[in-house]
Amino acid sequence: MDYNKLIPQKIQDIQPSGIRKFFDIAQQVEGVISLSIGEPDFKTPWAARKEAINILEKGKTAYTANSGLMELRRTVCGYLKDFIHTEYNPDNEVIITVGGSEAIDLAVRALIEPGDEVLVPEPSFVCYSPIVAMMGGTAVPIVTHAEDKFRLTASALKEKITDKTKMLVLPYPNNPTGAVMRRADLEAIAEVLRGTNIVVASDEIYAEMTYNGEKHVSIAEMDEMRERTLVISGFSKAYAMTGWRLGYVAGPQPIIKQMLKLHQYCIMSSPTVSQYAAIAAMEKCAEDVRNMVEEYDMRRRLVVKGFNDMGLTCFEPEGAFYVFPCIKSTGMSSAEFCEKLVYDKKVAVVPGSAFGASGEGFVRVSYAYSVAHLTTALTRIREFLEELNK
Amino acid sequence: MNTEKLLNILRRNARLSNADIATMLGTSEDEVAREIANLEQSGIIMGYSAIINEEKVDENGVTAIIELKITPIKDRGFDDLAHTIMEYEEVDSVFLLSGANDLSVTISGSSLRNVALFVSERLAVLDGVLSTTTHFILRRYKEKHHVFNEDNFDERSMVSP
Repeated sequence: MDYNKLIPQKIQDIQPSGIRKFFDIAQQVEGVISLSIGEPDFKTPWAARKEAINILEKGKTAYTANSGLMELRRTVCGYLKDFIHTEYNPDNEVIITVGGSEAIDLAVRALIEPGDEVLVPEPSFVCYSPIVAMMGGTAVPIVTHAEDKFRLTASALKEKITDKTKMLVLPYPNNPTGAVMRRADLEAIAEVLRGTNIVVASDEIYAEMTYNGEKHVSIAEMDEMRERTLVISGFSKAYAMTGWRLGYVAGPQPIIKQMLKLHQYCIMSSPTVSQYAAIAAMEKCAEDVRNMVEEYDMRRRLVVKGFNDMGLTCFEPEGAFYVFPCIKSTGMSSAEFCEKLVYDKKVAVVPGSAFGASGEGFVRVSYAYSVAHLTTALTRIREFLEELNK
Repeated sequence: MNTEKLLNILRRNARLSNADIATMLGTSEDEVAREIANLEQSGIIMGYSAIINEEKVDENGVTAIIELKITPIKDRGFDDLAHTIMEYEEVDSVFLLSGANDLSVTISGSSLRNVALFVSERLAVLDGVLSTTTHFILRRYKEKHHVFNEDNFDERSMVSP
């Protein structure tokens, strides 16, 4: 077999995730402690787990409706109404997906065709550009800067809009920087987009994790934005339900209707047990979420101060559970820094360059770890820097 | 200063520096020191101790939980006997229980025999003790939020978004 000929060039050209590439290195080193995991260290709250057990005992194991259990869709719509003050019709404006990831995939596949441009603020999560490329579209990065708190600015957006622009991905609260968009920032972006034919794929998977007393705001809340926005979120981060693979997308009916066809042919319906557990999560676990967020907040302060004290300047993240310290002062590239840190001190952090070219000079550090684990790792990084400076 | 949060931090790790605790709570080091001093003075914080995996210190060492049924005394209830028992050096903790038994006493000793002798010669013979039931601890899985686990297992994949 000539596999090279067999597999389309477009597929071969897709790069494996830079996060994964680095881990092939990290995994070869014995005794590595990691600050690199992008999922909660908490277990799924008990009420959700109990509901899953209950559902299994009752034998509710059949497919659900393609777009998900009606009860869950109603719950999600109720949640969105409270949380981002935006109303969706559970009948035809929401789909329960296999994680937020599937929702992103559906959004891109439903809207992008060859020649289209998709604007992606960077640094950001790694999945947007490859999906756009598979559809024959072009992902156009918009670089965001620490000086702007890694927020997307209206002027940077305007600069990249062409007559081919079909979609803007809005990944806030942001992985890897921890940046958030405040109401005023979103209003400025909305002002640019109103009256255009550009759809916003607003990836709000970290929306529950915001700090400094400011609640998450969605661009869908801005005037005339609901009709051009797909709100994408899920249960993985907020309810520590990563392995349940459950997310959702809510948006205007004409787009959701098309996305549902893709979902129907490739997924059929999202995992039934997970869907029942998700209802319990949204209805009964608000306090668990609050406790987790408080715990993340304490760790966030500890880690931000830790990096700033050791001279790696760290923008104060206001969302998600990552910090994104700048390592330019070491003179190394992010990849070099991370490799040397793994070999010398056995601490794994992710090179910022894995999140787009503009992540170069930074590393992503997750604080989804216990305080004891974090302090040990910070001590090792401090030693690492001291030895570098000798 | 959120006292509940401070206590929660100390419950899990009383060895964190005041500076770290201050950072976590978004307050000053002085403020943390002052609040801890207050908590100590008011008897909310009674002390600090390490959680030690005793099996690793002395593999013959044993810890037992002894449940006692005792006769309460008019006006003074179970207090007299509890006070007598807590004076013994070997005794780690004494609790008054609801339910079938009255007192739970934890003691540590260098051998099974020593503990058994302590129970039969010192506890069982006390006036007012009706019966004793000794449970030897065979394995510690978790104590004060700390999991006794050799490899500190994190089931999460090293590779994740």
